[in-house]
Amino acid sequence: MKRLAILSAMVLIAGASTQAANAQTLKTVKDRGILSCGVSQGLPGFSSPDDKGNWTGLDVDVCRAIAAAVFNDPTKVKFVPLSAKDRFTALQSGEIDVLSRNSTWTLSRDTSLGLNYTGVTYYDGQGFLVRKSLKVNSALELNSASVCVQTGTTNEQNVADYFKANNMKYEIIAFGTADETVKAYEAGRCDVFTSDVSQLYAERLKVANPADHGVLPEVISKEPLGPVVRHGDDQWFDIVKWTLFAMVNAEELGITQKNVDEMAKSDKPELKRVFGTDGNLGETLGLTKDWVSRIIKAVGNYGETFDRNVGAGSKLQIARGLNKLWNQGGIQYAPPIR
Amino acid sequence: MSIESRPPPSLFWPKLRRAVGGRAGWSGLVLQIAFVALLVWIGYEIVANARANLQAQRVASGFGFLDNTAGFAVSQALIPYSESNTYARVFVVGLLNTLIVSVIGIIFATIFGFLVGLGRLSPNWLLSRLSGGYVELVRNLPLLFQILFWYLAVLATLPNPRQSISLFDKFFLSNRGFVIPKPIEQASFGPFVIAIVIAIVASLLLRSYARRQLFDHGRMLKIWPYGLGLLIGLPLIVCLVLGAPVTFEIPALRGFNFAGGSRIIPEFIALTLALSTYTAAFIAEIVRAGVQSVNKGQMEAGSSLGLSRGTVLRLIVVPQAMRVILPPLTNQYLNLTKNSSLAVAIGYPDLFSVFAGTTLSQTGQAIEIIAITMGVYLLISLVTSAVMSYYGWRINRNLGAT
Repeated sequence: MKRLAILSAMVLIAGASTQAANAQTLKTVKDRGILSCGVSQGLPGFSSPDDKGNWTGLDVDVCRAIAAAVFNDPTKVKFVPLSAKDRFTALQSGEIDVLSRNSTWTLSRDTSLGLNYTGVTYYDGQGFLVRKSLKVNSALELNSASVCVQTGTTNEQNVADYFKANNMKYEIIAFGTADETVKAYEAGRCDVFTSDVSQLYAERLKVANPADHGVLPEVISKEPLGPVVRHGDDQWFDIVKWTLFAMVNAEELGITQKNVDEMAKSDKPELKRVFGTDGNLGETLGLTKDWVSRIIKAVGNYGETFDRNVGAGSKLQIARGLNKLWNQGGIQYAPPIR
Repeated sequence: MSIESRPPPSLFWPKLRRAVGGRAGWSGLVLQIAFVALLVWIGYEIVANARANLQAQRVASGFGFLDNTAGFAVSQALIPYSESNTYARVFVVGLLNTLIVSVIGIIFATIFGFLVGLGRLSPNWLLSRLSGGYVELVRNLPLLFQILFWYLAVLATLPNPRQSISLFDKFFLSNRGFVIPKPIEQASFGPFVIAIVIAIVASLLLRSYARRQLFDHGRMLKIWPYGLGLLIGLPLIVCLVLGAPVTFEIPALRGFNFAGGSRIIPEFIALTLALSTYTAAFIAEIVRAGVQSVNKGQMEAGSSLGLSRGTVLRLIVVPQAMRVILPPLTNQYLNLTKNSSLAVAIGYPDLFSVFAGTTLSQTGQAIEIIAITMGVYLLISLVTSAVMSYYGWRINRNLGAT
């Protein structure tokens, strides 16, 4: 961790690779022949490696979708596991091309860190995980509790705001990685583990008896999570952004991994634009005309990857909630492909 | 027959040539100038490149961020700190946390290291084997592993606050740390401190008197009972006359944690234990080497005067061994200080964790923050080695070496 931070700072200073990566990320990625994608160090449902070293998850699928759009091959991704503390430095210094790692979109990150958020893959909020034996039913009963948190996250600041606003005392213990945080929580170092709710469900799977721990009802913040790129390369920004939008639009249009070939033959004007049989929308992005079918064939539409990784079809069993499409009661909404 | 003494040839030019160009003469000078020019050029390129890149990415730069509100809490702060303080204050909090863990770690490591090192040389079979085993075990295991071992071993075996182990119902040990009564100053605190200072000064005077007696008249005076009497008696008199200098706030369990009292967090305990026991193993070897470097005739001479082994070590052998011990000992102190940055693994809020970690990832000011952090560690190291060099100079002076 320490070495990575120093190394990144040095790379940032030397700037040789940054300059190359800065202007023409697409060209750099194509020349390299592989996409370098920053992910978490292991968060079930979002990005975690299995025993054979294959990465899966919602954040991972975004990386695979980009690789499918660029190379027509979803396996051409190098996953770089990053701690919350190091993730932005790694992106700034050009070590990764895109950061797809449950990172909250905030104004300061979007501006002064030199980054661009490309959209929202998961609408989340911060919550609290506690032992059921403590008999706590509300976050407002947490006065004088010890709270474990992962360092360098928005969670660390939100929890400070929340306890201050509700006039409660607390003790914070901040750890470098999610694993260390969970271990300390399990060892009893703290009463509460705070993080984004989705992450709490994922981390709960790691403790010895998941059923003994519960998430409190309060959600104390907005945490829109999404992929991030560097400032200064509009084309790459567009590619990542529209890869995500293509996945959401595909769900809205009913395009799935199974029926994508059939749908591509459709003569509906809307589908013709999406599949590039009419116009050259993919080429204006710097990709090929069939970019959408490449993405959907590789990872499926947004709903499919949600269900497979975190939703009903996964161990996590998280309800779609806010992440339903806008026309089904949620707020997932993508600009049209036209 | 007398030999004409010729005036020596003017050596000015050759001397200058050697001085500025080294062995290679003038061509060496040219090479040196070229090398310096190259360094300056590389330095300029680095700065210019970094500036251009930061501007291209529109990353804010400069040290203005230090005045912004930090917005996060820190579990141990030696000075008053809250979320609404600035990043500059976070820096000071982290620095103090690094310094306290280093200083206490160095003190423990030195005491323990000397004991183990001398123990290894002891004629007592069991003691020397135990010391040897300790050194071999501890110095061959990675430090990070030892930190995690102490932290998780300490935590896993300790009960939660509600079932904490208590001593007289005033000291409590639980997985939240060690809670002790917190002293609160009373009116007689000032005189109490003055009494202690007077006792210390008087004891020192007594000691120098005893030394003079030893050196001038060969009389060995037993002064420690008097010193001890002064150190205990004087403050005790103040207490009896003016009342207790401090009262204690007794911690009590309220809600999740203890309210009142002072608390030593388990992260601090684990880190201090790991750093000091690890470094002590290396110090023990340094002490052993130092003592063995002193001619064994010194030991035999001391014994033949009828002095005990402890007295010979303290008065004759160790002072001579210090010249050998000191330089590598300084290195161990520097190592301990730098190793304290492994604290981030167990959530101890040291400088590296809260400043080069949290602050960096929140502000993104990688270059500024890494530069400040490097500068601070460098400064700590330079000060440590300056203090140790001064101490070494004094030892050499006292031993009459040049």
